[in-house]
Amino acid sequence: MAEHEDDLVEPDFWRPNADWETIEARARLLRSVREFFYHRHVIEVETPLLSQGTITDPHISPLVVNSPLSSNPYYLQTSPEYAMKRLLASGAGSIFQIAKAFRSDEVGRKHNPEFTLLEWYRLGWDHLQLIEEVDNLLVECLGCGRGDTVSYYTLFQQYLEINPHCCDENQLRQVAERHINIGDMALADTDAWLDLLFSHCIEPHLGQGRPTFVVEYPHSQAALAQVKEELIDGERVHVAKRFEVFFEGLELANGYHELTDPKEQKRRFAVDQEKLSLSGSQCLVDQGSIDQGTAERRPVDQRLLAAMESGLPSCAGVALGIDRLLMLMLGKDSLSEVLVFDFYKA
Amino acid sequence: MATYSTNEFKAGLKVMLEGDPCAIIENEFVKPGKGQAFNRVKLRNLKTDKVWERTFKSGESIEAADVLETELQYLYNDGEFWYFMDTESFEQIGADKQAVSNSAQWLKEEAMCTVTLWDDVPLRVTTPNFVELEIVETDPGMKGDTASGGSKPANLSTGAVVRVPLFVQIGEVIRIDTRTGEYVSRAKDS
Repeated sequence: MAEHEDDLVEPDFWRPNADWETIEARARLLRSVREFFYHRHVIEVETPLLSQGTITDPHISPLVVNSPLSSNPYYLQTSPEYAMKRLLASGAGSIFQIAKAFRSDEVGRKHNPEFTLLEWYRLGWDHLQLIEEVDNLLVECLGCGRGDTVSYYTLFQQYLEINPHCCDENQLRQVAERHINIGDMALADTDAWLDLLFSHCIEPHLGQGRPTFVVEYPHSQAALAQVKEELIDGERVHVAKRFEVFFEGLELANGYHELTDPKEQKRRFAVDQEKLSLSGSQCLVDQGSIDQGTAERRPVDQRLLAAMESGLPSCAGVALGIDRLLMLMLGKDSLSEVLVFDFYKA
Repeated sequence: MATYSTNEFKAGLKVMLEGDPCAIIENEFVKPGKGQAFNRVKLRNLKTDKVWERTFKSGESIEAADVLETELQYLYNDGEFWYFMDTESFEQIGADKQAVSNSAQWLKEEAMCTVTLWDDVPLRVTTPNFVELEIVETDPGMKGDTASGGSKPANLSTGAVVRVPLFVQIGEVIRIDTRTGEYVSRAKDS
């Protein structure tokens, strides 16, 4: 990689990205997070980074690891979610974990392919109860005011004057063209258009001085959350029992009232697999020479499904980016500044 | 035809956008934790110098621009073109008014300039940040007036007009910051 070679010429190429004060601040943050959960009787667990199954989400790309011990590859976790749910199904109480997670193609001011997640699960809670606890943690860490909760629909009304639950792709493209220079961009579905509008026109305004908790995502963006019916703008629509947390325009955490129904879980995996194979074939058309074999195939995590079959207790869970939290606590501009060695120095 | 994927985007990369060569100034990776990734890019149009913002879907590829920066020596101007020479190959090349643009007023014969070529045609001429030019006309200042405070216009050998302190006289060579068009000091050897 070209950048890599350039970096080697720099005499400081071996030195840390973060300064020592930042490294100490990280140590204090990790300690206070552990104390936060210790006082709440939530148990710290450790699960493997390597897994034989992986995520099916077409927008998250796992890193693949080969071992001479196995004819099939292993995958580095993109979050500890599946392993922690297997623990919950086996009878664990409320648990938390501070773990490295990996996403192969995400790098930038707010992204690093290897990052630290804080993930926790609360037995018997729903996502609204969990929002309260996330709020408590953020008030403690950031010294900010208490957060506001606002619906996905309200935000689209406020910033773009549209109803995100009933726009089609054409309408969304027209709105996007009014606000963003996108040329002839082609996107796969309405959710991708909603992502474009949300990330460019809404997200930068969220969480000014206090966290913003966004709730009631479209059911097509439920991921692993339960879905409920809600009356929005006179229409009955299905929304996800999912929340996201933003502070100073930065996405910090994503949580669910967890889906426990294995049949519905299987169905969503199948929908993801379908999307993956579609984007795979699109890739083949674009790049002509790629052979069929490289179209992406990801093994569904059968152990998670089996755990859900056996019974996942009702629970709420959330994953929070520790590096981003530290970046906000210290008023830093980029993730690199809070990482000892970022992707290019690793 | 060379292309760059959004994964390769970084400041300084030269790409084609809507038929014009552009340089990437800033590349921000934007991605919801669960959702479509985008690259929000700021580019400078190298023909017009205008800055554009454009969002790409991550993973898309765009055409590379064949843009090259060379150090060439300025020779002369024939009214239509400004001619530059490669001091090794002695090859000459003419840059039009749009390419030379504001740099024209700082061009002194034999000075080395950065000439940006696009498909081998000069796209932009950049003079050094500091040039030394002779004053050909200015009001005579008062003798002994070395205090700062006052300034007066001065015409330079290249046709440029800059404001200079009152004590600087016709025939003197002065140093100018071409980025701001401001007088810096008298040249050392004048």
